[in-house]
Amino acid sequence: MDFSYSVLIPLIPLFAFLIIGLGGNKLKALASGLLGTTGLGVSFILSLYTAYQYFFVFGKSAEGVYQKIVAFDMVWLRFTETLHINMGVLLDPISVMMLVVVTTVSFMVHIYSMGYMKGEVGFERFFAFLSLFSFSMLGLVLATNIFQMYMFWELVGVSSFLLIGFYYQKPSAVAASKKAFIVTRFADLGFLIGILLYSYSTGTFDFGLLTNVDGELIRKGTEAGFLGLSMLTWSLILVFMGGAGKSAMFPLHIWLPDAMEGPTPVSALIHAATMVVAGVYLVARLFPVYALSSPDALEVVAYIGAFSSLFAAIIACTQFDIKRVLAFSTMSQIGYMMLALGVSGYGEHGIGYMASMFHLFTHAMFKALLFLAAGAIIHAVHTNDLREMGGLRKYMPITHITFFVALMAIAGIPPFSGFFSKDEILVAAFEHNKIIFFSSMLVAGLTAFYMSRLYFSIFWGKNTHYHHTPHETSPVMYIPLIFLALVTVFAGFIPFGELVTSDGKALHLHIHWNIAIPAVLVALTGIGVATALYMKESKTPDKVVASLGGVYKTILNKFYFDEIYMFVTKKIIFNLISKPIAWFDRHIVDGTMDGIGWVTTTSSEKMKNFQSGQLQQYAIVFISGVIALVLIFSYFSTN
Amino acid sequence: MSVNQIMFILFASIIVIFSILTVSSKRILRSALYLLFVLVSTAGLYFMMNYNFLAAVQITLYAGGIVVLIIFSVLLTSRINDRFASVKPAKAISTVIVTAIGAFVSISSILQHNFVPAAGVEPISTDVKMVGMQLLGYGTNGYALPFEVISVLLLASMIGAIIIAKKKLD
Amino acid sequence: MIEGIPLHYFLVLSTLMFFIGVYGFIVRKNLITILMSIELILNSVNINFVAFNKFLYPDQLQGMFFTIFVVAIAAAEASVAIAIIINIYRRIGNINVEEIAELKH
Repeated sequence: MDFSYSVLIPLIPLFAFLIIGLGGNKLKALASGLLGTTGLGVSFILSLYTAYQYFFVFGKSAEGVYQKIVAFDMVWLRFTETLHINMGVLLDPISVMMLVVVTTVSFMVHIYSMGYMKGEVGFERFFAFLSLFSFSMLGLVLATNIFQMYMFWELVGVSSFLLIGFYYQKPSAVAASKKAFIVTRFADLGFLIGILLYSYSTGTFDFGLLTNVDGELIRKGTEAGFLGLSMLTWSLILVFMGGAGKSAMFPLHIWLPDAMEGPTPVSALIHAATMVVAGVYLVARLFPVYALSSPDALEVVAYIGAFSSLFAAIIACTQFDIKRVLAFSTMSQIGYMMLALGVSGYGEHGIGYMASMFHLFTHAMFKALLFLAAGAIIHAVHTNDLREMGGLRKYMPITHITFFVALMAIAGIPPFSGFFSKDEILVAAFEHNKIIFFSSMLVAGLTAFYMSRLYFSIFWGKNTHYHHTPHETSPVMYIPLIFLALVTVFAGFIPFGELVTSDGKALHLHIHWNIAIPAVLVALTGIGVATALYMKESKTPDKVVASLGGVYKTILNKFYFDEIYMFVTKKIIFNLISKPIAWFDRHIVDGTMDGIGWVTTTSSEKMKNFQSGQLQQYAIVFISGVIALVLIFSYFSTN
Repeated sequence: MSVNQIMFILFASIIVIFSILTVSSKRILRSALYLLFVLVSTAGLYFMMNYNFLAAVQITLYAGGIVVLIIFSVLLTSRINDRFASVKPAKAISTVIVTAIGAFVSISSILQHNFVPAAGVEPISTDVKMVGMQLLGYGTNGYALPFEVISVLLLASMIGAIIIAKKKLD
Repeated sequence: MIEGIPLHYFLVLSTLMFFIGVYGFIVRKNLITILMSIELILNSVNINFVAFNKFLYPDQLQGMFFTIFVVAIAAAEASVAIAIIINIYRRIGNINVEEIAELKH
């Protein structure tokens, strides 16, 4: 049972990044693309092999429990005997599952990008960044300790920043990349403080020790309290803050819609399937600690997840930019995963945990599919705006069908994968908290509605006149679509309960029809409403909009959150805090330094005049000095 | 008022007045001449104190040697009718103040101090024989060593002056 | 000892002469006049030596000998100084002390 080859999975993209990044100018564009894609392909195959080996051959212990296996480990920084930072590879059900997700989506996106980015300036740069991102994300997933995770977390943030700002000549892309970076950095500050607090109370960074259910550490942090909550709870809430920033949870969600300025494959890879679920993965990674020693922190996770999910679903109904609709949809679905984690228990009651991971898996597939399809559409019609599209089903049949598959999956229609994962989430929510359950049901309906609206507006609706007749994309772009569509269709039948659970023991699941049937009905209602409104060109949507008036406008402007943030940062923080500090820095701190410099130069300028070279001037000074000395000595000697 | 006092006042006033003229005259040749008067008057003071040999040295070396040397160099480097520009008032005033303070301090401390002459000693003869005996003596009160050193110094300065002042041969 | 003339008279006289010399040294610009001022200063010192010898230690001749040596050194100094002055005059055609600043740069 040797998994040490798994260390190659993140390293191959790293080498690809180094080769493309350093030799990008020498390589032909196609060569660098092929290099990155091949590297990812190897990683992909290795991941599948690892998953097979882990889940079906070696992973289980004698009692049928999936083990945490440290396949590779080295001490990187040593502070004390127990507190040191390692670099390593940790294999357990969720990391193996994430390996598969990340490499699959990344591989598909690499292939797709070969077509999508063809002829773009900076093709090699794009592939270098993609490889960097893949390396960072895989390193994050495989982290053996929380600090390694933090480092790769930041690397992921950097690659996201680089890729959002890929079209750096566009001011909006630059602004978006800065916004994403600053917002997530702000959240990561909480993460870092959380890590430090947590490690301070436990004395280790290692996941194996931290999440050992039988161990001492899990109870250790609960003693010292602050504001009625234990130190552990505070640190976990702070860690969750980092996760919320990366996963675009309310109120740190504002960067995600703007991040759509990046190339569409990037949106599919980073801002739909992998990086944005890092927050979910983080909470899942520390789940035993959350579930067993700090239920309060888990409550926070549940409510923030539920609220974000609803909030984003409402906004998604009004947007016209197809990528933005998908961005809000992503946020909504991640909220789903968060709330599933939040309502979950540990061990036998861990259905929410399982459901969250399941949904993460299926969502990654169908959301990547949706983004790639959207990319194909944008590629064909050269616009992001829903209002300028329509009737595309005739021109792009493959895209149309794969998009439809993804729609069915996200809406939760059986037998597509989304149905199964969503059902488990709803079951978990129903058992735990009715408010969250009903909000999730509402979100399910809204999701079905806005996705159908998107679908009908693009592929049905009015027959728009296009400047160039849109045509189906090249095989290199639609083969990933077909592959992902197939995964989306069949992923629901993976027995996730057997494989990925909070404590490694199998969980036997069956579909709860008393919840599944209402959920499907709600989804069908949503689809029905959308069909009625958008399938044929009609005036009804405008009338609905008119009747909603101000409410619609508020939602269209995303509840004015960007404006509120701008107000808080620009008007309040900048004016009341930053400007006085800047003034202090410029005038007092710099002034002191400048003053010292000024005094020195001025006095030396003056002093320079003493050294005139004029003998007689020296003589008079000398005589004066002698007389002064005589006077001083005679004064002191007489007293 | 004794003859001595009259003589002293005469010499002293010549010294002071011509010193001032030496440093303030605008014509350099006149300055040199005033300096000569000062030096001769100093020799007069030495005569008063009965140091005849010293007074003779003063007149021959200073008045006859140095002043002549100075006058020669003046003739080499200046024109007779040249006049100095007057000193800048600020510089003159500040220098006068400094030197006046210095003079005041020195004189007041001199006047406050009570000099005690050596009591009950026989004044030594100051004739040329005595001077010669001591100058070349090497016992107690003998000055042979400084004499030799000074002679070497004079030789060195003579050679140096020639080397410095002569024209380059090239 | 000289009848009717205390030591202080000589000292005051030499002090005045000394500071007049200092004044000349500071304000005069011509190198030769500066040299003359130095001669004044040396002379005032000589008067001091001789007066002290005469009034305080009449049984010895140290002051007088010192004066003789000072005179000799003054002669040496004057000869070298005038050689330098002539050399300067040959080089820059001028013996104004404020313009002799070639070593400054």
